[in-house]
Amino acid sequence: MAVDASTSARGDLILKNLTKSYGDFNAVDDLSLEIPKGSFFALLGPSGCGKTTTLRMVAGLEEPTSGSIFVGETDITDMKPYRRPVNTVFQNYALFPHLTIYENIAFGLRRRGISEAEVKTAVDKVLNLIELPQLATRKPNQLSGGQQQRIAVARAIVNRPALLLLDEPLGALDLKLRRQMQIELKWIQTEIGITFVHVTHDQEEAMTMADTIAVMNKGKIEQMGTPEELYDSPKTSFVANFLGQSNLIPGEVSGNDGDNLIVDLFGTKVAVPKARSSAVGKSVLVGVRPEKFRIAAEGKSTHGNVLTGGVVSDVSYIGVSTQYQVEMPSGKEIMVFEQNDDDEEMLRKGAKVVLSWEPTFTFALDGSENAAAGSH
Amino acid sequence: MVAFKATSAKVFGLKDNKSFLPYLLLIPGLLWLALFFIVPIFSLGQMSTKVPGAQTGQFVQGYRFTNYVDAFNASTEQFLRSFLYGILATIIALAIAYPLAYAIAFKSGRFKNILLVLVVAPFFVSFLLRTVAWKQILGEEGPVVSVLRALHLISDTTSITSSAFAVVTGLAYNFLPFMTLPLYASLERIDPRTLEAAGDLYANGFTTFRKVTVPLSMPGVVAGTLLTFIPAAGDYINAAILGSPSNKMLGNVIEARFFKIVDYPAAAALSFTLMAAILVLVTIYIRKAGTEELL
Repeated sequence: MAVDASTSARGDLILKNLTKSYGDFNAVDDLSLEIPKGSFFALLGPSGCGKTTTLRMVAGLEEPTSGSIFVGETDITDMKPYRRPVNTVFQNYALFPHLTIYENIAFGLRRRGISEAEVKTAVDKVLNLIELPQLATRKPNQLSGGQQQRIAVARAIVNRPALLLLDEPLGALDLKLRRQMQIELKWIQTEIGITFVHVTHDQEEAMTMADTIAVMNKGKIEQMGTPEELYDSPKTSFVANFLGQSNLIPGEVSGNDGDNLIVDLFGTKVAVPKARSSAVGKSVLVGVRPEKFRIAAEGKSTHGNVLTGGVVSDVSYIGVSTQYQVEMPSGKEIMVFEQNDDDEEMLRKGAKVVLSWEPTFTFALDGSENAAAGSH
Repeated sequence: MVAFKATSAKVFGLKDNKSFLPYLLLIPGLLWLALFFIVPIFSLGQMSTKVPGAQTGQFVQGYRFTNYVDAFNASTEQFLRSFLYGILATIIALAIAYPLAYAIAFKSGRFKNILLVLVVAPFFVSFLLRTVAWKQILGEEGPVVSVLRALHLISDTTSITSSAFAVVTGLAYNFLPFMTLPLYASLERIDPRTLEAAGDLYANGFTTFRKVTVPLSMPGVVAGTLLTFIPAAGDYINAAILGSPSNKMLGNVIEARFFKIVDYPAAAALSFTLMAAILVLVTIYIRKAGTEELL
C-alpha cells in the first residue's frame, strides 16, 4: 500500500542524480539540486533545456529514467501524482471548464474528503487572498487571462502543498499584466510561506521573483545562486549571455597584482578581481556588462581599466539610456549602455572613443568557453 | 422579407449589400428543405386524416382525426417495442463506443487516423447488405452460434436469429459509427492538461474520469445517443431481416400499411405519432442532460 504523503511530507525538495532520457537524448542529465523549504526558486533556461521536464518529474507527470526525488525525508520518486505533497500551476492554467470557480478551487479539498464547512472557509479565504471573491459562481471562460491565472494559483495553494510548482505561469499574459502578477505572486509566496518552484525562460521574471535561480542548459544546471551572484559573477559564458548581456573579450593572463589578475587584451593590460575569475588556464574571456562602461570622446581623462581606439559604429537612443555599439581596433564589437543622466552630448556614429570601467566590475571566464553561448 | 431586411440593416448598422449576402446563402438550403421536407410533411399531414374513396388506393379528405387513435390502438405493442429496442440499442452502442472513442482520442498515437477510417469503413457497404451480413454472422452455421454452443452457453437447438437479441444488436451495430464519432470529437477536444490537473489535485484515475472526462464529454454523449436513438427507433430493416414476426417495430407496421395493405391514412398517422413521440422524448432528454451549460 502506497503511503499518502499529500499532507504529511514537508521539508526541502531534494533532487538526486535525476535523469530523463528519450532514446539517446537526455532531456534532464544527472541533475542534483536542493531547494530549501520556504524559498522562491526559479529554474531558468531557454526552451528545450529540460526545465519543464524537471518540473513534471517533481509533479509526477513524467517518470524519471533514473535518480530520485525527496520532499524532506520522504522519497516521492515513484509516488502517483495524486499522492504527492505537490500542486502545480499549469501553463495556460488548465482550469476545469465545466466547473464554477468555487468548484475549481474546491476540487483538491473535496478529493481529500474535507468537510463542506471547511471547504467553504478555505475557498472563501483564498478567493479573498487573490481579491476575486465576486467570481465564485462564474465559469472559467467568463474570466480574463489575468483572473484565470490567479484562480489557477488559488486552486493550487488552497491545498497547502509542501511545494508549489509553476510552469511558465505568466507566459500567456501581456507585458503589463505580467509585471503586476510577478509582484502579486511574490507577495502571495511571502504571505503563505510555501516553497515555490518556478519554471521560466524569462530572465527578468526569474530575477524579479526568485531568491535563488538555477540556470539550466541542455539538461544540466549551468550555475545556481542569487540573482546578484549570477549577474555579477557568472561562471559560464551561457549564464553571462542568457542573464542580461555581456561583453566577452578574449585575453591572456600575464601576471598578478595582489587581489587582481592582470590580463592582456590585445596589448592593453586590465585588472580582474581573482575572486570573480573562473578561469583555469592562461587563456581567459574577460567579461564586462554593457552598463558598467564609461564612454568618453578620445582624449578625455579616464581611470580604472581603459580600452582605447574604439569607434562608435551604432547609436540607439532609448530614453533612459543610450546604447552604443563600439568597434575596437581588434575588430571586436562592444556593447555600451550609457545612462542619460548628464547633459553630456550624445556621441555620434564614427566618433573616436575611449572606454573605461572599474576593475571590480570585471569578471573572467575560462578561455575555452564559447563566447556566443546563450546569447539572445 | 424586404421590410425585415431593411430593419435588420438599420438595427445592426450594416451596409445594404453586406446584409443581403447571408440570405442569399440560405436560399439553396431553404429551397431544399421546402421541397423535400415541408411539402412532404404537409401532404403526409393531409393524408393522415383522409378516408377511403370509391376505389381501392383512392382517399378523400374527411378530417377524420380518429385515424390516429385507431392506428395507435392497433399497433401499441410495436410502438412500445420500437422505443424499447431503440433505447437498448443506444445503451449497447454507448457502452461499446465510449471505450473505443476514448482509446482513439487518448491512446492511439499514430494509429489515430487509421482507427477513425475503420470506424467509418462499414459505411462503404450498404445498410441493407450489412444487415444481411449480420444475419449470416448470427446464423445457424455462423461463428457466434458455434462459439456459444461450444461453450455450452446455449443449447444445440437454440437459435439467435429471428430474436429480439438479433434485432437489438443489429441496430446497435448499424448505428455504432453515429455514436462513436461525436464521442470521439468531444473527447479529443479535452485539454490533456485538465486531466493532469485533476491528478495533481489528488484525483486518482477513476475519479478523474468520473469528475472531469465524463462531464467534459457530455456534449458527445448527448449527440451520439440522439444520432443513434432517433434512427434506431424508426428503423424497420433490422426487424424485417433479423427479427421474427413477434419482433416487429413500428417502422415495419408503417411499411406494411403503405406498401402491402395500402392504408395510406393509417401509415401517415403512425408516422406522425412516431415523430411526435421522438420529439417529446428528445426534448425531455436534452433538458435533463443540461448540455447548454457545457457549451
